[in-house]
Amino acid sequence: MIKHFLSLEWKQYFRSSYWQKNIALNILLVFFALYLMAIFIVGGIGLYYGLKEVYPNQDPFIIVSKYMFYWFLVDLLLRFFMQKLPVMSVKPLLTLPVKRSTIVNFVLGKSAFSFFNILPLFLAVPFAICLSINGYDTTAILLWVFTVIVITFISNFLNFIIEAYSAELTVPLLPLLITAGGLYGLDYFGIISFTEIVGNGVIAITQNPIFILVPITILIVLYTLNYKLLKQKLYLDASLQSKVKEVNASDLSWTKRFGDIAPFMQLDLKLIWRNKRTKSMAFLMVIGLLYGLFFYPQPIYRDMTFMFAFIGIFSTGFFLINFGQFIPAWDSGYYKMLMSQNIKYEQYLRSKWILMTMSVVVMFVLGIPYVYFGYKILIAHAAAAVYNIGVNTHVIMWGGSFNRKKIDLDKKAAFNYQGTGAVQWLIGIPLMLVPMAIFGLLDWLIGFEVAVAVLVLAGGLGILLHKPLMKGITQKYLDSKYKMIAAFGKDS
Amino acid sequence: MIYTKDISKSYNGVQVLKIDELEIPKGQSFGLVGNNGAGKTTYFSLLLDLINPSTGTITNNSVVVSKSEDWKPFTSAFIDETFLIGYLTPEEYFYFIGDLRGQNKADVDRLTAKFEDFFNGEIIGKKKYLRDLSKGNQKKAGIVAALIGNPEVIILDEPFANLDPTTQIRLKQILKDLAEKQGVTVLVSSHDLMHVTDVCERIVVLEKGEVVKDLETNPTTLKELEAHFAKSAVSVSEEEE
Repeated sequence: MIKHFLSLEWKQYFRSSYWQKNIALNILLVFFALYLMAIFIVGGIGLYYGLKEVYPNQDPFIIVSKYMFYWFLVDLLLRFFMQKLPVMSVKPLLTLPVKRSTIVNFVLGKSAFSFFNILPLFLAVPFAICLSINGYDTTAILLWVFTVIVITFISNFLNFIIEAYSAELTVPLLPLLITAGGLYGLDYFGIISFTEIVGNGVIAITQNPIFILVPITILIVLYTLNYKLLKQKLYLDASLQSKVKEVNASDLSWTKRFGDIAPFMQLDLKLIWRNKRTKSMAFLMVIGLLYGLFFYPQPIYRDMTFMFAFIGIFSTGFFLINFGQFIPAWDSGYYKMLMSQNIKYEQYLRSKWILMTMSVVVMFVLGIPYVYFGYKILIAHAAAAVYNIGVNTHVIMWGGSFNRKKIDLDKKAAFNYQGTGAVQWLIGIPLMLVPMAIFGLLDWLIGFEVAVAVLVLAGGLGILLHKPLMKGITQKYLDSKYKMIAAFGKDS
Repeated sequence: MIYTKDISKSYNGVQVLKIDELEIPKGQSFGLVGNNGAGKTTYFSLLLDLINPSTGTITNNSVVVSKSEDWKPFTSAFIDETFLIGYLTPEEYFYFIGDLRGQNKADVDRLTAKFEDFFNGEIIGKKKYLRDLSKGNQKKAGIVAALIGNPEVIILDEPFANLDPTTQIRLKQILKDLAEKQGVTVLVSSHDLMHVTDVCERIVVLEKGEVVKDLETNPTTLKELEAHFAKSAVSVSEEEE
């Protein structure tokens, strides 16, 4: 049976039009994975010698074991956002003579081979090798590596349980915050010192193998819980049937002031608010807004003036870039209908333009507190906002006319590459790098004022030329109409 | 009203549709019948300018559909569920379509009120998104949306599939009224020979992309159609032997 499942998986993967069309993207992802692995290997070796260097009096092995708890917490957080329980189209299998338990065990077993479980080994094994070269007991080290693997699996399966509960809530982050925050809080305030328990536990295992039974028991319990949760869901009326949600209707009559594009604006706002993928994109805007905080608190970046433009473009244009790059693929599900309706294409596009422009203004206003780090930052952000409105909105909509990939609105946004093609990567160059280069170069050659003026000028020019630009863009969309309809009709 | 001349569509050299000439007068209820792959949906897609013809033209009320968009205000269609916007409620969808067709909320409400029976209380006021409705109810919403804005040409692909018997009968009455009383040109495709003969004044049979029969409906039409399709079933089984 497992053999059949594996062959189904294989075919599903390689026969999806998504894979076949996106070889470039897949290669890129493979390189990214290799890069991560390399970093982890270097990190593993560096960990030993680095610790030795910084704390010559302490045993690196003890230090690492001590902080294992934090590793576990970070791992759990990362997994929650990026790792999904592997899916398998089980519906056709339910009526076939396949035991439900086989299906569940297969899905859970498959999750064990996730990249997230393999990656820690690239850190742990080099570190262990360094230890053994430097004369640590080999059995103890092997036990240690084994413990790391068990802990990795524990966070693997714990994550799925958290996800299972969070999927049903309106605030999906709550279970994660309770679990991770609770564990951290108990530890931090010294109520239950998990740092010590985990640290001492790991060290105890290396000294006395019998203790390995403790994490293994936890793992078995978690696995069983997962097994029960999943098995319950293997009925058509449970999770396979998509949940019917009550409508959240909000009053959008204020859009009426936009006249003939009001219907499209209402549609776009509902699109964003009522679909998983767009909704998580909207939440990501917070990250875009706070992006500057990664840089500005550090004095090094405050001297790099060209960074202001980059962060300005990025943080005020976060929605613009994320939403704009998938125009018109957001509407791919019903594109045929739109094309047979009595609509002016230009209105359809203008609604998206206004939405993006409004988002830039709002993001800029919300970002005004950055003035705390220097008035120049605010000025640069304002210039970047004007550039975003005048130039980037048009560029990204022009790029959208090359979109040929359908988007499924019900999938989450983070690490979702559906609908992403070469265009999305290439469009980033004019959007972000060009203004950054112009700004940086002029700032360096002539001065800050000129650099700001040129960005504002470019943006202003774009706003002045809005009408003719839109006309050209609309024509571009009309020219590729049949190709888009055909492409959006295909499942990826 | 609709005039098709020398139209053909090929994919990679394989011809899927070829109609030399076909004229559908105003106010006719027109039925398109044929087995899977006969070219019914292809023809409707060409009529709506969703695909590009390989040769020939279709003229809708003297507008060449692949050249101008002026046919859109008086033409409406429901081809499949991809015509629906899943994240809207049926009411919101109707209003959206109404907006595009120059109808205000009151106009749309007046129209949908007429279809209370047809909806059977499962569409309006249910606070459900279209994506969460059953296939049959989605279809009902799509068909009614195609009637918004007094179109002169209505195109429905397989409107009877997935509907319950009561709704099928109601739909037949609606379609008949449209053609007879309001002079709307109704184009319908179906696999159900009985339904099309009930609804349509004229029935065209497509086979491998070509028109093989063009019938005025009369009491013997159903028999004739059944005989035609039974014959092709017999000839296939003979070939297999």
